[in-house]
Amino acid sequence: MELDAKIPDGPIERKWDRHRFELKLVNPANKRKYEIIVVGSGLAGASAAATLAELGYQVRCFCFQDSPRRAHSIAAQGGINAAKNYQNDGDSIFRLFYDTIKGGDFRSREANVYRLAQISVNIIDQCVAQGVPFAREYGGLLANRSFGGAQVSRTFYARGQTGQQLLLGAYQALARQIAAGKVRMYPRTEMLDLVVIEGQARGIVVRDLVSGKISSHTAHAVVLATGGYSNVYYLSTNAKGCNVTATWRAYKRGAAFANPCFTQIHPTCIPRSGEYQSKLTLMSESLRNDGRIWVPQRAGDDRPPNEIPEADRDYYLERLYPSYGNLTPRDVASRRAKEMVDAGRGVGPLKNGVYLDFRDAIRRLGREEIAERYGNLFEMYQRITGENPYDVPMRIYPAPHYTMGGLWVDYNLMSTLPGLFVIGEANFSDHGANRLGASALMQGLADGYFILPYTIGDYLAQARFPAADQAHPACRDAEREVEARVNRLLEVRGNRTVDWFHRELGALLWERCGMTRNAGGLKEALQQIPELRERFWREVTVSGTGASLNQELEKAGRVADFLEFGELMCQDALHREESCGGHFREEYQTPDGEARRDDERFAYVAAWEYTGPDSAPRLHREPLVFESVHLAQRSYK
Amino acid sequence: MNLILHVWRQPAPSAPGRFERYEARDASPHMSFLELLDVINQGLVEQGKEPIAFEHDCREGICGSCGVVINGNPHGPLERTTVCQLHLRHFPDGAELWVEPWRAKAFPVLKDLVVDRSALDRIIQAGGYISVRTGSAPDANAIPVPKEHADRAFDAATCIGCGACVAACPNGSAMLFTAAKVAHLALLPQGQPERRQRVLRMVEQMDQEGFGNCTNHGACEAACPKGISLDFIALLNRDFLRAALSYAPHEVAEGAI
Repeated sequence: MELDAKIPDGPIERKWDRHRFELKLVNPANKRKYEIIVVGSGLAGASAAATLAELGYQVRCFCFQDSPRRAHSIAAQGGINAAKNYQNDGDSIFRLFYDTIKGGDFRSREANVYRLAQISVNIIDQCVAQGVPFAREYGGLLANRSFGGAQVSRTFYARGQTGQQLLLGAYQALARQIAAGKVRMYPRTEMLDLVVIEGQARGIVVRDLVSGKISSHTAHAVVLATGGYSNVYYLSTNAKGCNVTATWRAYKRGAAFANPCFTQIHPTCIPRSGEYQSKLTLMSESLRNDGRIWVPQRAGDDRPPNEIPEADRDYYLERLYPSYGNLTPRDVASRRAKEMVDAGRGVGPLKNGVYLDFRDAIRRLGREEIAERYGNLFEMYQRITGENPYDVPMRIYPAPHYTMGGLWVDYNLMSTLPGLFVIGEANFSDHGANRLGASALMQGLADGYFILPYTIGDYLAQARFPAADQAHPACRDAEREVEARVNRLLEVRGNRTVDWFHRELGALLWERCGMTRNAGGLKEALQQIPELRERFWREVTVSGTGASLNQELEKAGRVADFLEFGELMCQDALHREESCGGHFREEYQTPDGEARRDDERFAYVAAWEYTGPDSAPRLHREPLVFESVHLAQRSYK
Repeated sequence: MNLILHVWRQPAPSAPGRFERYEARDASPHMSFLELLDVINQGLVEQGKEPIAFEHDCREGICGSCGVVINGNPHGPLERTTVCQLHLRHFPDGAELWVEPWRAKAFPVLKDLVVDRSALDRIIQAGGYISVRTGSAPDANAIPVPKEHADRAFDAATCIGCGACVAACPNGSAMLFTAAKVAHLALLPQGQPERRQRVLRMVEQMDQEGFGNCTNHGACEAACPKGISLDFIALLNRDFLRAALSYAPHEVAEGAI
């Protein structure tokens, strides 16, 4: 396997233009002869499927939800960045590019990130034309806010439901193509394997989640837009269905997996309240604009928060980071909260949170103003916890939220497997070791609307395609493997539920490969995960049959893949002997506890190649070359 | 707290269904209703029985996947709350709950509490979009939209497509769902060129799917977890009437009037 990122020559601001000219085109009359499979219907998948169909390709789109409109992009709250500089506050494409590279702790590819910043402006145009109801000023122009510690106001938003509105825009564009007969939509259909024929990705094996029927679909190219893997931790802010199966199956068929240990833990989520907890709920980061984060000075201080006097409170972010205070970036804020809880200073019935207190903001601005700014979030908090945040401080704690790692792709968003393209959160490309707020939506739509539709044509125009349909032996073999796996899951008939194993794996990874990691813990995890996996295949129980709607079976397949994937994550985390962004190795920190990068040894993308069930994955390195920015230590003091 | 649940169990679309009784003991009042179903299901799986099938995904009240009827109320007793965000503290200890799927002709039951809502997707496919090819958009600030219009369009656009309005309606009508999309796009300047045909086609599709008619009960608005207003149905009716009574642009061009 050789990693060729195919980064175009020339100055950074001209690379994408030049590349677009150099890409081969498919004759308009020939486009309908090409079939493309898109897996996933979130921002990346829906926008790609709609745009490819508009261009004239024959598209088939698959999602496991009952409707493409329910993909997890819908839950994004905050907003979407774009270098429009509508606020005249000094924003520019270069500044968005620089902020994203720096925010990613210099572990992403310059050329990709620059292109993302360039395209950001087109995305907003496109979405507004579709009728996305972004927030507006009284003059009728678009409003912006500053988000996630950015020094400029470049975030476009639709109340706290930006993801929903953007996804509905893409979903409606997709609906139009479905009605036109250009996209065939397969909801409630889950991809369980990739079909590779003569070295090219040529199809997928799917299970119809209602009838249980397993079948294969072939095409000229396959696009994975299947999201991230935060659910490997069991408890995360992701939807319950989010999983690693599609990308993991592709990995096992020859696509390299890049930087799996780069995971983002979001600092402001509602803490777990009991064993039964099924997922964690994010509270928008914007709360940190006015809320003050603190814990009691003394461990074991059980007084109700309002009875703890000022002198006995530790506003630790303000103390440690006087200039950024409560607005320090996500990775830093999360890690510090963990330190407080680990030191026994956590709050709440389970001692597993820190306070986010609006008392001073209410005194300063009045209750009404706070309600105007955060009313819906306060309501949501109260609905879940039963506590009123106007009267008692909120309790928050970090939770897994986004994964920067994903399948390795080149500048054209093609994986190491010809014909397999990967877009959105499922690829590794743009966020390095830490993603900035309001950048995930931007990347998903950039990939789907404006990058993939060009680059996939270049591949189609040049590749040669041997005949392949569902009767091809490669399809039959893959189908048989999937069937065997499904049957195996049903036949174990052990005595432990799928959720039990998922919780065990999640707890283990959260402990050993979560907010902070160290060599000892990772080595232990690398022993424990295979043991847990073995137990899974011996002791799991899945009721029902394969030939019907069977949600336990769906979960079992996903957890089985997480049990393999978790190992690769730990391997990656162990090999990266530095701290950067969301990857914090306790051994590698500055004297005051900040992440210490090692640019000499680790300024590269770690891409792992599958070598078989019983042999270790092979590491390939793509060196990261920085020509336009100067590598600096992130500082928020 | 302790609860008694009577849950609709139906193995397949054509199979007969019935209520089955489950007792939940020592449940935490902080649990969500879906987490209670999780716990019951864990027990069933451990006994080798089939768990209750129910739809869910984000568990944050935004994806629109979940939805069951509890004691006759779609999404349960709490206003403007999806069932995934409904916590047990809102039920009295010892309560007896009857849990059913959405019941509507256009939403056939697939299994237990899971129904087929693809009819809603087909209503959108009939015209619930603005035809704008990728790459063909003008600058986003080229068309100013008065804030009140944008805000009102947004209020309509918050529909999560869960189908509670249909389940609440004695006629099984999808008027609130359809009206929300018609209004969202009709209130924006970008939505004007296709405004006439959009409303005609979406209403036609709605009728074809077997949804009932609107008789202004208002149960839909009361059940809607996003609080979508009945006013949008009035807007749809006005738009529909105007569209039905006017000539299509091509008829005007051809001199039909």
